[in-house]
Amino acid sequence: MAEALLEVRNLSRRFAAVDALKAVNFCVTAGEVHALIGPNGAGKTTFIHHVSGALQPDSGSVHFAGREVTGLAMHQRVTAGMARSYQITNLFPGLSLLDNVALAVQGRRDAGSSFRFWKPVRNEQGMFDEALGFLEQVGLEKKSGNTAGNLAHGEQRALELAMALATKPKMLLLDEPMAGAGPEESARMVELIEHLARHVTILLVEHDMTAVFRLADRVSVLVNGSLICTGTPDAVRADPAVRRAYLGDTA
Amino acid sequence: MAFYRPAPYQKPVAIVLMLALLTLPSALSALGQEFYIGFATRVLIFALAASSLNLVLGFGGMFSLGHAAFFGAGAYVAAICMSNGISDGLLAFPLAMLVAGLLALLVGAISLRTRGVYFIMITLAFAQMAYYLFVSARAWGGDDGLPLVGRMSVAGLSLASDSALFYAALACLALSIIFLGRLADARFGRVIQAIRENETRMEALGYPVFRYRLACFALGGALAGLAGALLANLTGLASPNLLQWMQSGTLLVMVIIGGVGYLYGGVVGAVVLLMLEEVLAGFTLHWHIGLGLLLLGIVLFAPKGVAALFGKSHG
Repeated sequence: MAEALLEVRNLSRRFAAVDALKAVNFCVTAGEVHALIGPNGAGKTTFIHHVSGALQPDSGSVHFAGREVTGLAMHQRVTAGMARSYQITNLFPGLSLLDNVALAVQGRRDAGSSFRFWKPVRNEQGMFDEALGFLEQVGLEKKSGNTAGNLAHGEQRALELAMALATKPKMLLLDEPMAGAGPEESARMVELIEHLARHVTILLVEHDMTAVFRLADRVSVLVNGSLICTGTPDAVRADPAVRRAYLGDTA
Repeated sequence: MAFYRPAPYQKPVAIVLMLALLTLPSALSALGQEFYIGFATRVLIFALAASSLNLVLGFGGMFSLGHAAFFGAGAYVAAICMSNGISDGLLAFPLAMLVAGLLALLVGAISLRTRGVYFIMITLAFAQMAYYLFVSARAWGGDDGLPLVGRMSVAGLSLASDSALFYAALACLALSIIFLGRLADARFGRVIQAIRENETRMEALGYPVFRYRLACFALGGALAGLAGALLANLTGLASPNLLQWMQSGTLLVMVIIGGVGYLYGGVVGAVVLLMLEEVLAGFTLHWHIGLGLLLLGIVLFAPKGVAALFGKSHG
């Protein structure tokens, strides 16, 4: 059994009268693609916010790469090796693709301090070379000079992946990477994630079942704030509780 | 918006203007218009103060309505130095920057936990608190302010003559603009501009956003403090009015007229506003009406400010 990279223990969160998360135990092992699925309103986004550090739990803890990160802010978790992409495209639309990724490279601890007030960034060739390398990984190197806001939707999602990769993460947290994509774009994104999965652990939150069952090594199902099942895609597909709660009896 | 990029002709124009400014005091003396040396110094000082606000507002995206507090604090540091026998500018000016910067650090550490209109209100509240503090500080002249006995000297050179102070202000402004221009292109400048564009994304890239914002805010405060210390030398008085919210408003108007987020936005704004005030006030007491019309025109026809009319700075 590979070691646990991300471990969530007894995580609970209440919003007013709603139990958004009920004592969730969850674990992503190093090297796997772990998909989190669940019907709308199941608490997936809330869960992701607790993992990434945007929200703090009422009780329970989050452990990442061998240490507890429950009290850490989002940027500290990123530095610890947890990169994320957003459900809604979230980048710097006015900047070139290269500048977008260069910002991600610059933010890394091993890239040195950003409290530098004098030396022009454009002289830091190494940073831009590295950024170009990440654009290559997602197939956008030819458009490196384009303005990010002018890219097609699917390309923007790919650019976000390049930015996440540029933080050199131990784990990629992908929040609905296929959201809003057409069938062709989705197919390309699946290929891209498959390719990335060889180098990095991935926690994937996704609605697109074709993509989930093709990509995931393991699948966890969240329903009404509780994790009802974790297992291989086939096991999850066969699980009666999952069929009832999520896929529908006839699925 | 993209990162700040200077227009290609910006540097040569700035150098020519700089050379012209170097000859200004002697030119004005030759014409018998010495009075205007003081006025020009005032413009330079406000250009520096507005530029410091532009760092915070234009580059850092923080809409501070309390910037005059740091401006005024700098003036008081200069006045207090003088009344305690410290008349060396090499000591007093850095001290003014330090005190104003630390004050900004304190105000920022609390205010920057809020966003939007709350940030505007809380910076305003802090500035007004500072204002009332100085109004009620008897030891520092209270309402009347603290006068300076004479002017400072810098490395043995006295600033007593109007042209000496003019050159001191010009040097401070030029060095600050060079620094801000370098900063905009350096790592720190890119980070604060990116935070202005998309704070969440920067957080998700691992940047401690709060720390960068605070540093930018404090840096802006320190530069405002320098401007304040210069102004105290010019007018011979550190008055509580310098800290008032009207003053913060004036600096804001300068930045908006000049161009938010443009390197020379603060300079252009200060020149336009103060010249206009000078010219219009000669015609009518109701010169604010003319100013209002100008503001209206700028918002309608040059919403990015006057500096933006001369070439694109945002890519």
